[in-house]
Amino acid sequence: MSDIHSFIDGEIKANDVVLFMKGTPAFPQCGFSGQVVQILDYLGVDYKGVNVLADAELRQGIKEFSNWPTIPQLYVKGEFVGGCDIVREMFQAGELQGFLSEKGVPVAQQA
Amino acid sequence: MNTKERIAARLTEALSPQALDVVDESHLHKGHAGARPGGETHYRIRITAAAFAGLSRLEMHRRINALLADELSGGVHALAIEAKAA
Repeated sequence: MSDIHSFIDGEIKANDVVLFMKGTPAFPQCGFSGQVVQILDYLGVDYKGVNVLADAELRQGIKEFSNWPTIPQLYVKGEFVGGCDIVREMFQAGELQGFLSEKGVPVAQQA
Repeated sequence: MNTKERIAARLTEALSPQALDVVDESHLHKGHAGARPGGETHYRIRITAAAFAGLSRLEMHRRINALLADELSGGVHALAIEAKAA
């Protein structure tokens, strides 16, 4: 595994919920990343945001690691969940809360 | 063919969708990251296809991303996908 893939692997194993995004949860620099931040914040999920804009190698590496061409990317308990559209569809269908709870991730808001 | 037409042609050929709408939303992202002066950077795809039967959301998106890999590694910066099984 390359260094950057090891780094990503370490992040998704060390943190229950990881969002690879453009910008930070406080200052998203892309509307798609911002939408996922809003959903996670609304649900009161504790997550780690990893800013791919901080590192060109990471920005490319996460696409290869997940075999997914776009950012943001959400991981829960080491499992790739999807990008902005999938997270939003799951949230709107009321599935995301159940999915997180099933995975043992505390959710504050039962919307 | 422009990018929108290439995306539509590729998806039509591979998936024979019951419904397909490819929208160029590049103008909405003018001046934002990833936008270029010529446009053709941000797209939205609405697709309904029998080929998606039994697939999860993740699998449907992976299928579309794979079909459009050349576009995504080229000029296309963002792809919003609304996919449904017919």
